[in-house]
Amino acid sequence: MGVEITTTRLEDAAKWAKSSMLEKATNWGRKFSLFTYPFVTACCGMEFMSVAGPKYDLARFGAEFPRFSPRQSDLLMVVGTVTEKQGPAVKRIFDQMAEPKWVIAFGVCASTGGFYQNYHTMPGVDQVIPVDVYIPGCPPRPEQVLDALILLMDRIQSGRGHSQLRDKREQLIAASHDEG
Amino acid sequence: MAQKVLDSLTAQHAAAIEHTESQHGDEIAWVKRDQLLAVATWLKTDPTMLFDAPVFCTCIDRLDWRPLGVPPSQAWTEDKPRFEVCYQLRSVTHRYRLRLKISVPESDPHVPSLAGLWPAFNWQERETFDMYGIRFDGHPDLRRIYLYEEFVGYPLRKDYPKEKRQPLVRRDDLPMNPIKVAREHK
Repeated sequence: MGVEITTTRLEDAAKWAKSSMLEKATNWGRKFSLFTYPFVTACCGMEFMSVAGPKYDLARFGAEFPRFSPRQSDLLMVVGTVTEKQGPAVKRIFDQMAEPKWVIAFGVCASTGGFYQNYHTMPGVDQVIPVDVYIPGCPPRPEQVLDALILLMDRIQSGRGHSQLRDKREQLIAASHDEG
Repeated sequence: MAQKVLDSLTAQHAAAIEHTESQHGDEIAWVKRDQLLAVATWLKTDPTMLFDAPVFCTCIDRLDWRPLGVPPSQAWTEDKPRFEVCYQLRSVTHRYRLRLKISVPESDPHVPSLAGLWPAFNWQERETFDMYGIRFDGHPDLRRIYLYEEFVGYPLRKDYPKEKRQPLVRRDDLPMNPIKVAREHK
């Protein structure tokens, strides 16, 4: 799989290397050094402990250990039921996290509200923050969580996370403004 | 079980008790609203009673209460009081259990607070206020306890819409909302 070089001009080659190779290398680094912020609200937290513990060992995939400050983390795991009262808190935590950032909705409650259909439960945390990967299950099996993490790592590598796509879009818009 | 509690309560406060009943071994005394504080004070302080342990305080909304197996004469109609405020008490000394019930009409949802007698009722009455909108007169700090202050209405009332949510974060403020993104980059 040779790379077709269509230009011999140095600056074009540098631009190509910067946009492609550097991004791939950065994303490769990002996907193996996820720092999770566990926003644990409910019983799914037990499964999260199981995944983070030695038996299933989330650390094998580089999501080494949870940070309890959103400013030190780039993967928000919303684990459990989110109420309408918690909406401002979860949005603020998401806003405080370091860019680029990703969100996993852990369990059906965080994904859709689950079996709650009433006045106090938010029907999925995607009502207030963008979610990259949803994990179904009440609670999910640890294997599902590992599957979701690998799926997220694929997304990060190919630059398809929500915040990565937004960055790209903003760069394209800025570039079009510069040209126009 | 504690029929003698009901008997002595009726003997002592005949004017304050509407009627009494027993259900599944639990004694229930229906108390007139304006006499509740006097009855509760007597129950707490009288040496033959000594109800020193408050168990719970809650409310029952009888709106459209027509269950199967209950004769239609007992079912809820418009002219009956809508709410029943319910205090469960226990006397550890004498091993008595007693439930006080107060009929509260929808037009005037006020009940004297018992938080001054039993401080453990403080949060319980706040919860009842939060969920049913019952005002406890004389409560030291009657605020919502579970819900946020922006919440309108009382969610456990039977006429509150089942799925009505009152979000605190506006949904169109989503970071990735396409409309918002388009507006910002116009």
